[in-house]
Order: sequence, then C-alpha cells, then structure tokens
Amino acid sequence: MESPAEIVQHTAGGMIGASWLMIAFPLLGAAILLILGRMTNRWGHLLGVAMSLASFVVAVLTFLELIGLPADQRRQAVRLYEFIPGMVDMGLLIDPLSISFALLITGVGSLIHIYSIGYMAHDPERRRFFSYLNLFVAAMLLLVLAHNYVGLFIGWEGVGLASYLLIGFWQFKPSAAVAAKKAFIVNRVGDFGLLVGMFIILATFHTLTFSDLGAQIAKSPPSGGAITAIGLLLLLGACGKSAQLPLQSWLLDAMEGPTPVSALIHAATMVTAGVYLVVRSGAFFFPPDSAQALAVSIVGAATLLAGAIIGCAKDDIKKGLAGSTMSQIGYMMLGAGLGPVGYAFAIGHLITHGFFKADMFLGAGSVMHAMNDEVDMRKYGGLRKFMPLTFVTFFVGYLAIIGFPLLSGYFTKDGIIETAVHHQPILGWLAVLGAGITGFYMSRMVFMTFFGEKRWEKDAHPHESPAVMTWPLILLSIGAVFLGGYLILSNRLMDFLAPAVGAPPLSERPEFDPFSTAGLATLALVAVGAGFAWVRYGRAEVPAVAPRGSFLTTFARRDLFGDALNESLFMRPGQWLTRFAVYFDNRGVDGLVNGLAAGIGGTSGRLRRIQTGFARTYALSILFGAALLAGALLLVGNI
Amino acid sequence: MSPWLPILMAVPVLGAIVVALLPKGSDKLAKQVTLLVSLVVLVLTLVVAVQFKTGGPRFQFQAVYDWIPSFGVKFGVGVDGIALVLIALSAVLVPIVILASWHDADGTQSADGTLITPKRSVKTYFSLLLVLEAMMIGVFAATDIFLFYVFFEAMLIPMYFMIGSYGGAQRSYAAVKFLLYSLFGGLLMLVAVIALYVVAGKNTFMFPELVGAIQDPATQKWLFAGFFIAFAIKAPLWPVHTWLPDAAAQAPAGAAVLLVGVLDKVGTFGMLRFCLELFPDAAKAFTMPIVVLAVISIIYGAIVAIGQTDMKRLIAYTSISHFGFIVMGVFAMSQVSQSGAALYMVNHGFATGALFLAAGFLIARRGSPHIADYGGVQKVTPLLAGFFLIAGLAGLSLPGLSSFVSEFMVMIGTYTSTAFGSGALAVAAIVSALAVILAAVYILWMVQRTMNGPTAESVKAFKDLNVREIVVLAPLVALIIGFGFFPKPLLDVINPTVTQTLVNVKVDNPAIAEKGAGQ
Repeated sequence: MESPAEIVQHTAGGMIGASWLMIAFPLLGAAILLILGRMTNRWGHLLGVAMSLASFVVAVLTFLELIGLPADQRRQAVRLYEFIPGMVDMGLLIDPLSISFALLITGVGSLIHIYSIGYMAHDPERRRFFSYLNLFVAAMLLLVLAHNYVGLFIGWEGVGLASYLLIGFWQFKPSAAVAAKKAFIVNRVGDFGLLVGMFIILATFHTLTFSDLGAQIAKSPPSGGAITAIGLLLLLGACGKSAQLPLQSWLLDAMEGPTPVSALIHAATMVTAGVYLVVRSGAFFFPPDSAQALAVSIVGAATLLAGAIIGCAKDDIKKGLAGSTMSQIGYMMLGAGLGPVGYAFAIGHLITHGFFKADMFLGAGSVMHAMNDEVDMRKYGGLRKFMPLTFVTFFVGYLAIIGFPLLSGYFTKDGIIETAVHHQPILGWLAVLGAGITGFYMSRMVFMTFFGEKRWEKDAHPHESPAVMTWPLILLSIGAVFLGGYLILSNRLMDFLAPAVGAPPLSERPEFDPFSTAGLATLALVAVGAGFAWVRYGRAEVPAVAPRGSFLTTFARRDLFGDALNESLFMRPGQWLTRFAVYFDNRGVDGLVNGLAAGIGGTSGRLRRIQTGFARTYALSILFGAALLAGALLLVGNI
Repeated sequence: MSPWLPILMAVPVLGAIVVALLPKGSDKLAKQVTLLVSLVVLVLTLVVAVQFKTGGPRFQFQAVYDWIPSFGVKFGVGVDGIALVLIALSAVLVPIVILASWHDADGTQSADGTLITPKRSVKTYFSLLLVLEAMMIGVFAATDIFLFYVFFEAMLIPMYFMIGSYGGAQRSYAAVKFLLYSLFGGLLMLVAVIALYVVAGKNTFMFPELVGAIQDPATQKWLFAGFFIAFAIKAPLWPVHTWLPDAAAQAPAGAAVLLVGVLDKVGTFGMLRFCLELFPDAAKAFTMPIVVLAVISIIYGAIVAIGQTDMKRLIAYTSISHFGFIVMGVFAMSQVSQSGAALYMVNHGFATGALFLAAGFLIARRGSPHIADYGGVQKVTPLLAGFFLIAGLAGLSLPGLSSFVSEFMVMIGTYTSTAFGSGALAVAAIVSALAVILAAVYILWMVQRTMNGPTAESVKAFKDLNVREIVVLAPLVALIIGFGFFPKPLLDVINPTVTQTLVNVKVDNPAIAEKGAGQ
C-alpha cells in the first residue's frame, strides 16, 4: 500500500499560485450578470460562456504546471487568506485529484454553457440562467479545490444553492418550485451529517485542513469509534449530495430544471461530489474492510440496483436518465468504498460518466427541443432519421454506458465490477446484475426514442438542433468513446492519482483482463438485457399509453415508494409536530399562563376586554414564566 | 477621558430635540433631518471604530463623570470589542431603518382596505427613533452597571410608543405585553443591581471594579438569577419568549428590525458581560440548565416558525431559534463558541434586519402579513423576490453568508468545548445542528408560498422595488456577503474581549489553534 504524498505549501507563484482565478472568473461572471440584470440581456450569455472558458484555460494551465512537477511534489496547498482567525484559512489544494475534477467541471461545464446558448435562446431570462450556471461552476470549483473542510462545505452549499435556483428556474411552475425546495431540504439532511462529521474531526485532530490532517494521521493512524463515526457522518453527507439511498428521492424531481442543468449539475458534476468527499476523506474510510468503508460500498451497491430498476419503468426520458445517474453514481460509491484499489476506477468512471451522461442528457434536450418539450418517450419513435447527429451522439453515449467493448464505460465500469468481485464478492455480483439491467433500460430508451414507428403528437415537427447545440454533443461523444481506454489502460489514471489518494500495493495492481469471468458475465447479461429490450420495445409496437403493469412496475414507477416512505415517516409526523407546537405555543406557554392568571384574577371574559385586564394578566403570566425559569435554574444548578 | 462616546450619544439626542421642535406639517423635513443625524452618527461611529486598538486595553474611549455621588453612581462609558461591534451594528441599522420607514408613520392600508392611522405624528416617530439610537449606544457603552440598568429600562419607552402608536391592528395589546414582560425583568434586575452594590460594599457600580467582588457562591447564584432572568426575557429565551412574536408582528417593520436586531441583543450581551464575569461560579453551576433551555429555544423556535402563517411572526420565531444559538455559544464557554456568539449578535442583526425589511416591503404592497395572501410574486417583482431570497438564505445560515460563520463557530465551539467535560455540550451541539434542516424548511417554504408558483391575482399590480427600497436593502446584502467571506475584521475586534471574559470566568479552555496544528 502506497500512502498519499505529503502536501507542501506552495510558494512559487506561477499558475498554481494563480489557480484561484479558476473560481474568480465564473464568480465575477455571476456577480456582473446578477447585479446588472436586464442590462445584460443582449450579451449576458456570451459573458457566461467566456467566464467558463477562461476558467477552463486556467485549469488546463494549472494542470500542465502540476504535471511538470515530480510526482511527490504534486500536492500543492495555496494559502489565500485568514478566514476565521486562529482556526480556518481559505486556501486551495492543487493535486491530481482536485485538478482532475477541475478539468471535468470547467471542460464539460463550458460545453454545456455553449449548448445552453441554443437551448435557452427563446427564454427571456436567459442571462439569469447563465448567471446561475456561472455561480454553480464557481461553487463547484471551490468544493473540489478547497484545502480544508470549511472551504469544501462552503462550495458544497454553494452548489446546493445553484442547484436550488436552477431546478426552480421556471419557478412559476409549482412542480419546479416544490422540486427545488425538496432538493435543498433533503440535501440539508446530508449536510447535517457533514457538519457533525466536521465537529468530530476538529475535536479529534484539532484541525480541519487536509495537510494538517494528513500529517496527524501519518503520525498516528486513527482508529476507534471516532473514526467510524466520522466516516458514517461523511457518508450521510455524500448520500445527500449524490442522491444515494436513503436520500435519493430529490434527484428524480430535480429533472424539473432545464435540461442543460440536468446534464451539468444532476449528472456530470454536482451529484458526484459525494464520491469526491469519500475519496478525499480516504483516511477516514481506512482500512477498506472497516465498517464505514463497507457501508459506502453497500450504499453504492443498493443504489446502483435501485436506480437501475427505477430507470426501467420511466417513460419520461429525463427521469429515465436520472435513474440511470443514481445507478452509475452507485457504481462509483461501490468503487470508492473499496479503498485505494477502487479509487482510480471510481474517479475514472466519474469522469467518463461525466462525458457520456452529459452527452445523453444534452441529446435528450436536443430531442425535447425538436419535439415541443415533450418528455414522454411513448410519444417519440423513429427519430433517428430526423435528427441524425443527435441520434449518433446519443447512441455513442448509450454504447458507452452499457459497457460496449472498447468504449469508455466498458473500461471504467468493468474496473469497478472486477475489483468489487475480488474484494466484496456479493456486492460485486450485484453490480454485474446491475449492468444487465442497465443494458435493458438504456436499450429501451434508445429503441423508444429513435427506432420504431412515429408516435408523435400531431403538431410535432422534429428537426436537427443548431450547430451550437450539436457541436458540444459531438465533442462529448468523442470523450465517451476514447477517454475510458486512455485512463484505464496501463493504469494511467491510477498512477496519476496516486500522490493524492494513494495506490494499492504492487501485488494488487489491477491488470486489464478482457476475458475475466466477471467481465464476460457482464457482457452476457448486458446482451440479454438489450435483447429483451429489443423484443419489448424495438420489434414490438410501443403502446402510446403506459400499460398498468405488475406490482413491480408500479414499485419502480413510483421510485421504489421513496416518496411515500418519506411522506409517512417524516412529512406527515412533521406536520403534526408543527401543528402541535404552534398550538402549544399559543395555548400552552402563552395561553396556559394567561388562563391561569385569568382564573386567579376573576372571569376571563371581562378581563380580556379592558386594558387593565391586559396588565394584570400579563403581569401574572410573566411571573409564572419567570418562576418556572428561576425554579429550573435553582433546581438543576444546585445539584 | 475621551469625549467620543458622550458625543455619539449626544448627537442623536440633539437631533431628536430638533426634530420634535419642528413646526407641524414639516414631515418631510423631519425625515430628512433624522436621516442626516443618523448618518452623522454612523460616520462618527466609524471614526471611533478605526481608532479602536485591538491589542489595547479592554475598555477604550472611557469617560467617567460623577452622577449621584452619594451612592457612587457614575455616568461611566467605555467600549470593549463586543460593545464596539454592537454599537456599530446599531449605527448601521438606524439610517437603514429610517429610510425603510419613510412612509411607515403616515398610516398603512390594511388588506381589507381600512386605513390604520397612527396615534401620534410623523415627526414624533422619527424623533423617537433618534432617542432610541442614543439609548442603544448608551446601553452598550455603559461601564457603570446602574447606568446600564437605566438605559436598559429607558429603551423600552421609545419602543413602547413606536409599537403602540404606529403598529398594526393589535398594536396596543402587543405593546402592553412587551412593556410588562420587560418591566418585570427589569424589576428583578434592579433588585439584583442594588443587592450587588450592597453586598460588594465598594460604594461603586463601575463594572471593572465589581469583577471578582462577589465571592460567596450562594450570593452569586441569587444575583446571577436576577440578572439572567431579565436578560432571558429580553433575548428572549424559551419559555419567556411569547411577547416577541406579538411585538414584532405588530411593530412597523423598521421598529421590528431595531427590536429584534439590536434591543434583544442587550439580553445576550448582558449575559456574556454581566452574568458571566460578575458571577463566574454561578454561571458555571447554571451552565447545563441554560444550555438545555438554549437548545430547546433553537429547536422549538424553528418548529413553531415552520407552522406560522404570518410572515412577521415567522421571522420572529426564527429569531427565537437564533437567540438560542447565541445563548448556547455564550454558556459553552469556549473561545470559539463565545466569539461565534458575539459575531452572531452582529450577523443576526444584518440578516434578520434584511428579512424583516424585505418582508415589510412586500407587506406594504398588499397590506397583509399573511403568507397565504401572496403567490408568484417573483414573476412580478423579481428584484424584491431576489432580495427576499438572499435575506432568507442568510436566515438559514447559508455558507458564504455572514450568519454561517457565526453559527458554525457557535456549534463547533460548543462541540469542542472542554469547559465541562465534553459529553453534554457535544450532545447539545449535535442536537442544535438539526436546526440546519429545520431552517431550510421554514425559509424555503415561505419563499415557495410567497414568491413561486402561478402569480396570484392580488399581486399582479405590484411594483418592483423603488430606488429608496433598493438603497435600504443593498447595503445589508453587501454586509451579509462581505462578512460571509471576510469575517476577520469583526473577529479581530471581538476575540480579545472574549479572551478576557474567559480569564475573568476562570475557564481554562484554550483556543483550538493553541491545541492543534496551526495553518
């Protein structure tokens, strides 16, 4: 086992020293667009794109400077300023892990910015959309670049805010407003975990900064209850942000946002922040057979199946993709729970997924754009002839996600499955099963959308999208083809990430084996799934109205009853509690003492009407409250 | 002897007299003069603030004059770091409130079309505001405990008239309730102040000389209780909180800002300075029950806030939750938790101030505080909705906004406090962190019901914020965001005072930076 390299304080300036510009550009863009408002209507979108591209350029230059350093020097902490004096500094950590994310965020982010020029062209509030996108990019970069948990948390909540604003971008639709609020509140449940996790980290290690934590942990490897608690609490945070069980319910509703948002935030970047958190906090999930690490893998395996099952039953193309996103992040979590041997595959899958899922979401957006914003796949059909570019790029993304040999997903997902089968066989074989289901639901989506007969509404006139939308699709699909092989073959990504996250010992170093049992089983199951989908949705006619289906179908359509569960467990009891508390406050704390006072003072009706009645009533009620307070103080304080 | 603090108090008093003496019918002039005076006070306060030496003696700009020599009562003023930032908070909020209340004393249209006419004149309202400003500065600047008590009680009078004469339909009910609760607390404090004077036997009320004067634990406990109950009513802490929602809901929005933003802080300020430093043993003995009451306030206030149907009452209940955090931070007795609590007092003033004012602007357009009377406002008035949202996000302590820094410091400072063994305080911190979830519910649900969804018929004719209203809200938002990323200027001023407090309380609770690795 090779430990992560030590973090060094960066003093040399250069591009790494100026890496804060990565965050500053999009933040400035957001500020300008929000403050100037309608004045930027004409050029706001261009500014948004320019700021995102500028950030991408900074990221690339920083990356180039970083790989110019020797491997053991590739963890550079850049101190920016004193935030909470004596306790927390603002600063960035530029290392292989953070820069990988930064490249993904700014790269895919810029493509989605460009795409949005076309997609949002008819929206009168387009510049506001771009201001939120810029705000998102800035916050997401702070999340991954911050050199301590406090900075990470500020970014973490910042992306939550951007997500809230963008899900609710069309807030005049009640469904969008509710979905936005739900996403924020469910995420806050996870944030509670992250927050308390930080309490315990600070109490145990007296620091929240990654470099100091690394040093402390290197000195005396942590163990015991505190570490388990930290790990589980961070996992709770990760579950919220990454829509993992049991905090998954918000992601499907989040599809209320404009489609570029679904692609950028709810597929490619923000929802993977939980995986980042686990990998960045690897020391708390060590050793890989610890309870908290196992919990990560179990959550991942459970969610990858749950998301896949949900994906099977959705007729709404975006919700189908959302279920798929849940499922794919489940794979990443499964990998991240396996320790250094799984990190490279988890991050690798995160990166390739960022490409092929963004590709498919934007493709879905292109289809919706052509079909009057229709999302029901039962009303699509035969679109491949009318939107060839969208079809080809979507199909490439599809092949990548089901793990078609030699495409991106084949390498990264297979890596997770192989490693899991080796280290956690039960979870690993569940992941194989999940791959088969993926083969089914993704094929179903492709067949229903692009193949078969037209089932369009009468006024649909599908057409290919403009170049500003198709070029991002082409570039993303190129990534969906080649990136996986490049990252995984000869362990390129693993070696690159090693200084940041550690690496498995040489004996456990994975080698790509196309003919392993698990790999072949996966391919076979995917083929079965795809074939089954062909029988049901390719060859056979797709009914325009969804059939009622079995209990299992209902179960999947209703998101495995997640909302029903939340409603009966939290929302309704919460409402009762709130109502009781309000009643208690009016009648109990205030009213009881008032009533008591009135009872002592005479008939309450007469007293209420006259001013002096007020005085006496309240004098008595205050006395009662104060006596209660004094009694409590003296009673408990004297023991 | 420094003249600065007496000047700071004299300017608004003189301004108030001038405004009161203006001839009838010169309402506009009265408003302009009031605004000008408050801006002068703001500038003077900033002049004082930049001269404050963070490494210097605890009390600076001291001035002590004899007042009632036979009892050793002095007109003694001086500021430490915490008093300074609270005076600055008052000086910032007053001009904003004046501008925000420009038409509040002219009478308001209620939802059913009836006009609620004020009982007193426009110029009286504005001269009351200036009187209140002088007293707010005085109460934080007083170093003589008797003087503090006088300001503590006298502050009630302008606020009583502002609620009772210019408030909503239930104003006299709310004003009387407010007055009686406060007077009762004040009475207990008066007894404690006199007893302190007698028992200490030093023939003085000067705070610095009385620190450490009471040694007997039993005496400390009784005196502590007298002060604490007065401050708990003021803050307010559960279960003596029920006056606040009524007062805040009935007060004009500007008065509500000063009531919740500044006046209530006198309670938490008093706990930190007087309860802790004068009666350290009692404070330590009472810590646990008080922390329990604080945690109840945090959770209870948040839950009751969720259930409110009236915006102003909702905001008042969120404040009860927030005051719980401040009290918890004060009594957790660690450097981080107390600095966080002191910072919370300032940040809460900005955040709740912005929220009350934004809600006030919304209410002024419809005449109704009921959430159900609105819907889809964002489509009609995007600016108002935007400011409302930012203020709301500050209310839920979103990281990146100032209130997060203080709430985070209070919670993590409480969790890591070693003052009383770690267990109970750690549990308190974890339970209080649940408010993070509840806060999202009460704020975002209110935003959803008022701002989002289809536009209600009744709001279609709303006009967006005018220039005056933007000028009111923009500085608050700038402060909220600015201190959200750069809280250091405030903390540098606050920290030495907290360190001194902990020395006087004799709590050995080293700062985190000293325990662990620095940065």
